[in-house]
Amino acid sequence: MFTRKFKELIIERALLLSALITILTTIGIIWVLLSESFAFFKVVSLWDFLTDTEWTPLFTQKHYGILSLVSGTVLTTGIAILVAVPSGLTIAVYLNEYSTKKMRNIVKPLLEILAAIPSIVYGFFALIVITPVLQYFFPEVSGFNALSAGIVMGIMIIPFISSLSEDVLNAVPNSLREASYGMGATKFQTSFRVLVPAASSGIIASIILAISRAIGETMIVAIAAGQQPNLTLNPTVPIETITAYIVQVSLGDVPQGSLEYKTIFAAGLTLFVFTFILNNISFWVNKKFKQQYV
Amino acid sequence: MKIQNYYIMVLVVSSIILGCNNNGKTKESNIEKLNGTIKIDGSSTIYPITEAVAEEYRVSQPEVKVTIGVSGTGGGFKKFGRNEVEICNASRPIKQSEIDVCKENKIEYFDFSVAYDGLAVIVNPQNDWAQNITVAELKMIWEPSAQQKITKWSQVRKGWPDAPLHLFGPGTASGTYDYFTEAIVGKAGSSRGDFTASEDDNVLVQGIEGDKYGLGFFGLAYYEENKAKLKIVAVDNGKGPIFPSAATAKDGTYAPLSRPLFIYINKEALNKPEVADFAKFYLENAPSLVGEVGYVPLSTEEYTAQLEKLKADLTHK
Repeated sequence: MFTRKFKELIIERALLLSALITILTTIGIIWVLLSESFAFFKVVSLWDFLTDTEWTPLFTQKHYGILSLVSGTVLTTGIAILVAVPSGLTIAVYLNEYSTKKMRNIVKPLLEILAAIPSIVYGFFALIVITPVLQYFFPEVSGFNALSAGIVMGIMIIPFISSLSEDVLNAVPNSLREASYGMGATKFQTSFRVLVPAASSGIIASIILAISRAIGETMIVAIAAGQQPNLTLNPTVPIETITAYIVQVSLGDVPQGSLEYKTIFAAGLTLFVFTFILNNISFWVNKKFKQQYV
Repeated sequence: MKIQNYYIMVLVVSSIILGCNNNGKTKESNIEKLNGTIKIDGSSTIYPITEAVAEEYRVSQPEVKVTIGVSGTGGGFKKFGRNEVEICNASRPIKQSEIDVCKENKIEYFDFSVAYDGLAVIVNPQNDWAQNITVAELKMIWEPSAQQKITKWSQVRKGWPDAPLHLFGPGTASGTYDYFTEAIVGKAGSSRGDFTASEDDNVLVQGIEGDKYGLGFFGLAYYEENKAKLKIVAVDNGKGPIFPSAATAKDGTYAPLSRPLFIYINKEALNKPEVADFAKFYLENAPSLVGEVGYVPLSTEEYTAQLEKLKADLTHK
């Protein structure tokens, strides 16, 4: 009897340990980001960090305004969302309401492939295919620009939105559909005026997940959007995102422990704060708007 | 069960047979086949030369793996000082701080100059207003105080269009960056910060090629390779505009942007036969390969003298 209870205890503790490892890793990452950033903010004031309009920590005239990098991230993410949300949502509605089973069996795996393409391939696609096409129609678009990176990033996150939205739409009970048709609504009206609002909390959660993915995307923007921090909302000029900056400095010869080195952590912390806030918003939205179906 | 045993036996026997074939390369006359890995990193300017040498080397010694990184001269020296690479490509001489790091980690090295470069100032082919540029104008564009101030072509020279100036250049880890800032601005590492910075010159080529108002600088080889997509600008140092070429880079008339290019080799790595062989191969074949790549070879005597120095050190081991 004793050995059996003991064995169960061991297993329980082992599983607890596995769960703790995830928590400890997260705490470890936060600790590293915070401690290095704390050292950074002793030298550069938080006010300067948040309000300066230039980001040039590696050069002679040093400016530490994170807004330049944030605007790059926001610009590319914004364009990506503008591309992905309408497409993703429409695809989800189509797959759920309109398509035949055969079509669904073909389209769904193809969408999964879209999600599986390595982001660096997307990056080259943006640089070598999308940018020349944009320059053909709009000659003033630069070789590196936020627009082509944003468009390709949008294509990359379509599967995130379409897959999750489709699952949520599927979960809406049939009674709602039947009631809507019974009232004489068309398929289009049923889909977009009854089902999408009913599934809205899940759809918003999927959009926020897609935003988080886009904010953290590194390779596409590092290759196609440029490496010049620029506080602008103009999508035709080179910009630099937070992630691309971190890559640029990590691959260079910045000495460990120097102020330039600490800028990576300050930038990383900003990124982390953004994602954290987004996660919380998603949680709150889910809680508030989730409709419970009996 | 019997069928299973049979298949397992087939698997084991075939893997033994295939496994035996590894070192089956026949010895050609008395050239010994070497194997191993040689790690090289550093300047993107030198990269085309080292890559050409490595490619030729692979023909005679296919078992030796040569990997070449492009972290910039500074990045390369960082790794060199930590004994992570055997050879560092450098487009500027080693700095005192880097020498100190090497001393601290007990790393001794050889340095060899392998070519001359005429740092090219490049614009987009659609740029029809800039045929030449003076050193003073380059300084005005690139010095630190130009940050956010000099943003249009018309501010550089009267008569140039009132269009935005898009700048491209190597990043702060690049030897080309150090050299250009020292030669043009007067202090190495001193420049404005609002330009597209990348240690990879191909990124700069891509950037200028796609931007009508682009202006940038990088090693001559990258211009030579992409002649159709770029336009080179003559640099005027007070004696008239001069284009970089084999002649002008060598005799120094293309001033102040002609410079020697180096490789630094870890002395202890030369104990490895493949590294020593590669180093000798480099100096023997540089005269022919450097010109092919687009840079300016040194005189034959300079190569031979360095080769003799290397051979002397190797025989002393």
